[in-house]
Amino acid sequence: MKTNMSTWRQPRKWAPYLFVSPFFILFGVFGLFPLVFSIYLSLHSWDPAAGLAAMEWVGFENYLYALQSDDWLRASLYNTFWMALVSGLPQHLVAMPLAYFLHSAFGRWRNAVVGAYFLPFITSSVAISLVFSTLFSRDFGVVNAVLASLKDMPLLGALMPASNIDWAQPQYTKWMISFVVFWRYVGWNVVLYLSAIQTIPKDVLEAAVMDGANSWQKFVHVVLPLLKPMAFFAVTLTIIGNLQLFEEPFILTNGTGGIDQAGKTAAMHMYSVAFTDGDFGTASAIAWLLFMLIAAATWFNNRLLGQRD
Amino acid sequence: MTLSTPLSTAHPSPEPTPTDAPDAAPVQKRLPLVLLLGYAVVLLGGLMMLAPFYFMFVFATHTNSEILSFPPPLWFGSAFLDNITELIKALPYFWNNLGWSAYVALAVTALNLFFCSLAGYAFALLDFRGRERLFGAVMATMLLPSFVGLVPTVLTMSWLGWMNEHRALIVPGACGALGIFMMRQYISSAVPKELIEAARMDGCSEFGIFLRIVWPLITPALGTLGLITFISSWNNFMGPLVILRDMDRYTVPMALRALQGTGQTQWGAICAGAAVAVVPLLLIFVMASRRLIDGLTAGAVKS
Repeated sequence: MKTNMSTWRQPRKWAPYLFVSPFFILFGVFGLFPLVFSIYLSLHSWDPAAGLAAMEWVGFENYLYALQSDDWLRASLYNTFWMALVSGLPQHLVAMPLAYFLHSAFGRWRNAVVGAYFLPFITSSVAISLVFSTLFSRDFGVVNAVLASLKDMPLLGALMPASNIDWAQPQYTKWMISFVVFWRYVGWNVVLYLSAIQTIPKDVLEAAVMDGANSWQKFVHVVLPLLKPMAFFAVTLTIIGNLQLFEEPFILTNGTGGIDQAGKTAAMHMYSVAFTDGDFGTASAIAWLLFMLIAAATWFNNRLLGQRD
Repeated sequence: MTLSTPLSTAHPSPEPTPTDAPDAAPVQKRLPLVLLLGYAVVLLGGLMMLAPFYFMFVFATHTNSEILSFPPPLWFGSAFLDNITELIKALPYFWNNLGWSAYVALAVTALNLFFCSLAGYAFALLDFRGRERLFGAVMATMLLPSFVGLVPTVLTMSWLGWMNEHRALIVPGACGALGIFMMRQYISSAVPKELIEAARMDGCSEFGIFLRIVWPLITPALGTLGLITFISSWNNFMGPLVILRDMDRYTVPMALRALQGTGQTQWGAICAGAAVAVVPLLLIFVMASRRLIDGLTAGAVKS
């Protein structure tokens, strides 16, 4: 009977391929082709205004230029890694215990609290970064006002700066941007870890309690190891996202990268090389260098947190 | 002891507190203080999450000089209409921008809902050669950083004549890998294969099966995917940044960005604009946060 049906309904055999084709067609045109073409571009020197025929083969010259002579690339890579670490590590180190605490100690209010932490993630980073620009103003910003008021407190007061921090100065720019990125994504990670914790079978936790473990021990010895798969997934997303950071630094530094380029990320640098300098070849080379770095970081993360099959 | 109680009904469990000596017996007296401290920290953190939104709305109702004063205003003022007037003066096309954002977001969402569920259905319930490998390819594309193809994408758009056109923002994103992933997850657990078989026996066409049987059953997942897609399209900045050239075609993030960099920054107007940009998302969020968070994580956990 099966053979009858398959010959009669021949069109049915093609239906699945038809159904998944939109993705592959769109990806082919708007995903794969640009990727391949950007490799091609990176090996050429090209002024787009002069038309397609003006492309000149230069081999790896763009890459060498980027690696050896482009100071701004090196500075922006340093900035990118710095901010990726400073905003990325706390995102996870805070989200994991927070998710556990929310799971175990919050009752009816949990959803409201999770919602509050998740809100930063869904809003436009442009809108929020603009608001943060005011909040981080040296003389009138809320952040400095809060820090100033903390000066009166006994212990913390000693840590507070003597005068208002000028967040636009190079030594503070990266802290400001990293804080905004942390603020934006910590809730997203809390949601991820919370969902993972919710799948831990209750008897595993109860067994630990019966063995005499307290809350902290349960967290460290039972929950954390079971969170490893989710941590791998979440950290991968953070790596890929943070190394491409563009919107927050762009808006917070008004597109310039800040004084001394302190806030310029690699993606911002690539953008300015491509669209301000009009150098598509070098920009493509920079893009691929950054891609290789992201791939390396992801591979490294895989060694650290990945599944051992 | 019953093990059948769902994990998520959490009463504040009276567990022993973390103490310095790991083998200390539960000390009931210390319990409230550390727990209270924990609550306080979490609540402070929550306030920190919400504070920028609060100030955004407050600043939207104050004049520039009131905002740029020390201490900054903590309560609403009366300058909202003035700020909106300033906003429109600086961005005469602001309402158009809102319209464009809505148009692009709705179009991308509608296309995604259709194409992703179609593909997700095929990957979930249809048997065909190469299914696993094709799905793996779809997933692999999610790892590609988006900006690597930025420059050639701009070139592609200009060759297609789509520069400054909103279709350049809609078409490439019409069928996202994440959507396919979510739909496949949901359909494989929510639609029984027997239904499909039965419909086939009744002579229904493949597409008819999708439209008449699968589609009505996946409404919850469609809701979640729709929300996620709409939100990410509304917030998209980099795409419009490189594609759109005319101010009357900008989407909202670009319009807000245009407010920066003018000589005397009108912070009141900027905050008013930001508030308008964020309010639709806040409304969506308030109405659908539970569904959103659940839907996002359901797919992520099963791996």
